[in-house]
Amino acid sequence: MIPLQVVTIGLVALGGLAVVLVRDAVRQVLVLGFFGLGLIVLFMVFQAPDVALSEIVVSCVAFPFILLTALAKMRGGPK
Amino acid sequence: MSRNTRLALFACSGATLAALFVWGLTGLPAFGGFQGEYGQILNRVTGQERHVTNVVAAIVFDYRGFDTLGEEFILFAAVMGVALLLREARGEGERRVDIVRSDFVRAVGLASVGPVVLVGLFTIAHGVLTPGGGFQGGVATASGLVLLWAAGRYRAYRRASPHALVDFAEWTGAGAYAAVGIAALVAGSAYLTNIVGLGVTGTLAAGGTIAILNLAAGLEVTAAVVLLCHEFLEELMS
Repeated sequence: MIPLQVVTIGLVALGGLAVVLVRDAVRQVLVLGFFGLGLIVLFMVFQAPDVALSEIVVSCVAFPFILLTALAKMRGGPK
Repeated sequence: MSRNTRLALFACSGATLAALFVWGLTGLPAFGGFQGEYGQILNRVTGQERHVTNVVAAIVFDYRGFDTLGEEFILFAAVMGVALLLREARGEGERRVDIVRSDFVRAVGLASVGPVVLVGLFTIAHGVLTPGGGFQGGVATASGLVLLWAAGRYRAYRRASPHALVDFAEWTGAGAYAAVGIAALVAGSAYLTNIVGLGVTGTLAAGGTIAILNLAAGLEVTAAVVLLCHEFLEELMS
């Protein structure tokens, strides 16, 4: 395993921990986005660009969009 | 449950999970050591057989093209279902006003619309050459349009993606995929057989029906995601 792979695995582990530790839901969505970014780099480093592209779609577009609209709806929409 | 019982329970299940993980990791093949024979055959022959450099695209849109037809229609049916459910429950009410308060967010967000859409279209167009294709590029293109809402106004997003146009793109994309398959039947081959000229390896039009089906998937996925966001945002804004 090359050092870059070790570093990205470490970043992903830290990111996952950070997502769990953030208590405010909106901030959690943002941290989740950065965690996803870490995963994208991880997949790229492990030579899986297709998975990285799918991960971009899931963690940086679809998932935050659904979460943020659901949170906004629960709070009564944008004022 | 008391704190100690919970901690004990966590320690037990955590240790079991960790042991299972380590056990699983020791059984993994070496990095790059791939055992699938079918995959190795395709890796060898796809370049000559289908004139594409992205083997994944050849599998998705040719060798296993029928599976992808199913996936396309799963997406199609899911979006139709969301539209049906949400449109039913919606009344005509006063629109909320959405103003992005931060100038910085608005400037950076709106400046990203063009580049993001461009990257999405690039990913779709180069599906036969490089990683990516209609599915990933379609979502990227749609997300560029959604940025119009996120960093600008909901009305700007709606104006950039008129309902009639998106509906049209949605059924054209899904229909084109099925139609390419039927064209093969008419030509006297099996459903979804690659009947079009394969073109020159390394060009955007290489791969025959692979390139066509990739574009159809790109159109259908872009429209599906835009429609999905329409419905969710309409729910949010009314």
